[in-house]
Amino acid sequence: MTAPSKFSEVILLQGHIIDSLTFSKVLDRVMERGGRFTIQTIHVGQRKNERSRAVLKIEADSQPQLGELLKELRNLGAEILEKENATLARAPRDGVFPEGFYATTNLETWVRLNGNWLRTAREEMDSGIRITRGGRRAEPVRFADIRKGDLFVVGHQGVKVVPLERPREAAALFEFMQSDASTEKPKAAFIQQIARTMREIRARNGNVLVVGGPAVVHTGAHRDLEWLILNGWVQVLFAGNALATHDMEASLFGTSLGLSLKSGAVMHGGHEHHLRTINRIRRYGSIRAAVRGGLIKSGIMAACVKKNIPFVLAGSIRDDGPLPDVITDGLEAQRAMRRHLKGVDLALMIATTLHSVATGNLLPARVRTVCVDMNPSSVTKLSDRGTWQSLSLVTDVGYFLRELRTQLQRRPRG
Amino acid sequence: MCAPTHYDVRYEINPWMKIRNNIDSRKASAQWNELRRTLERLGARVETIPQRKGCPDMVFTANAGVVWGKNFAPSRFRYRERQKEEPAFIRYFKARGFRIRDVANGRFFEGEGDLLPYRDRLFGGFRFRSEVQAHENVAEAIGKRLVALELAQPRFYHLDTCFFPLDGRSALYFPGAFDRYGRRAIEEFVEDPIAVSPADARLFACNGLRIGNTVVLNRASASLKNQIARRGYAVVETPTSEFMKAGGSVKCLVLRL
Repeated sequence: MTAPSKFSEVILLQGHIIDSLTFSKVLDRVMERGGRFTIQTIHVGQRKNERSRAVLKIEADSQPQLGELLKELRNLGAEILEKENATLARAPRDGVFPEGFYATTNLETWVRLNGNWLRTAREEMDSGIRITRGGRRAEPVRFADIRKGDLFVVGHQGVKVVPLERPREAAALFEFMQSDASTEKPKAAFIQQIARTMREIRARNGNVLVVGGPAVVHTGAHRDLEWLILNGWVQVLFAGNALATHDMEASLFGTSLGLSLKSGAVMHGGHEHHLRTINRIRRYGSIRAAVRGGLIKSGIMAACVKKNIPFVLAGSIRDDGPLPDVITDGLEAQRAMRRHLKGVDLALMIATTLHSVATGNLLPARVRTVCVDMNPSSVTKLSDRGTWQSLSLVTDVGYFLRELRTQLQRRPRG
Repeated sequence: MCAPTHYDVRYEINPWMKIRNNIDSRKASAQWNELRRTLERLGARVETIPQRKGCPDMVFTANAGVVWGKNFAPSRFRYRERQKEEPAFIRYFKARGFRIRDVANGRFFEGEGDLLPYRDRLFGGFRFRSEVQAHENVAEAIGKRLVALELAQPRFYHLDTCFFPLDGRSALYFPGAFDRYGRRAIEEFVEDPIAVSPADARLFACNGLRIGNTVVLNRASASLKNQIARRGYAVVETPTSEFMKAGGSVKCLVLRL
């Protein structure tokens, strides 16, 4: 089923609405307030005491605007005809949705309860909508957090989904470049646009999230990411065990997976460097302690600790160690990521597939995402998974981060 | 009418009401008695209802409901402070053999304060106190057409503070209390509309009563009195300053039976 695309409500106006000019007043009010109307039926009373009757569809650009408008029209005597509330059912057991549960998208979602539209507390796809506080709160919930007896929306009745607005000029890039991943894009221009977007986000105190894979370190770009973090361009970091490990390996040994970052040569005993790194951090108890204790002096993780940037390291089945900070319970890791997504305006997903997809699943559609990878299939994966506003660039991450840094170091024009 | 035995300003539910404005009870009583005597002298028969303690605004009986024939449609006050008056009025009318027609059906409705008969129609003011749907229901019960007028100024929160039908041709009204739709509707249905100045409106000149050839009101400017006189009516001024402190005057103190 396609959800209704606009904010609309059908109203009934009846009585002596022509004599009193109420009818024309209602139409004027709708237009004055930037709404639109469609007259569905109108019957004008013929006999002396016969009432007139009109059914109008009222539309507005946002739910608050529609709400204000309807409040006004109700004062003028209009009644709302559509009184369909969402249907609710209880979860039969922990971790199980009621049959027929409404499955969310990553778009702005509203639920009608007791005649009022209620917006979900956040947007998250592939969840059910749980209703709490006696019908005053609606929140997306995934399997792991369902408790037996929780109330969920079932079916599509009384649920509205708002499509994304067309991006405005500032986001023009995200419009015209929103196409298949391709190696044919003018990369420098593309990165320049991303830098501009990041400046805008910084100007309004917005947040940028970086989701990174270990190739950031292998390509030597960890220096550039470190610079981005130290200079306040990044507010949250999501990664796995590998990125953190190799980043700190580089700091301790100057190698990444045993290869010298300077010469590219295989170092003697280099294949053990990452294990020794993990071991030392485990002895310190945490990355934070290792940085504060002076063991790790440079790199991405050190920059995060110095700048107090929150990071979430999610574990995977092939991890060595892992580092003490890595969250090995996948659901726990999701929860930790979700906690840090609030206020994120831009997600830069660099050289990682699984962490990018996991993050994309948690992000509201309005958050812009930029996906950079050498592998075209990797960058298309995100858009295939239904993450909107996602831009992709097929290129070497080393080049990408270096160029982004160069652009950000430049004085902004104008 | 309802003698002011417990009249006071103890809450503020319209811009006229200020708790700090003390009511002079003796003066209020004197003004009320004077109004009653004036009406009786003009030939009206006055019936009274005792004021209920804790209902200081009950003196404004025009807001009790609407009477037609032996029917009474009781009000449903918007403010809790006045809702206590409802049972007292219903009891009163029941005891006198009126049929109680609770047609407001849960909608706010403040009686003659907001719903005035004019020729073959009812003029209903809404927004601050009454709701349009209540007026539609009452109009249907009475069998008249409704002209719904939206009130635009909180100081003129009831229709009877800004619209005063004199007779089948003329009515006083204060244009500033309505929006352009309301003004157009009044000009459309009233053959001879008399626009009242803001100063007269604030003196409650529209809150009057006509009995025979006499118009009774609180006060009016010489020019307004002249205009009324030209339509063949004598004007009697009777001060209601103590009641204006609660936002009411002559018309508010009387419900037509």
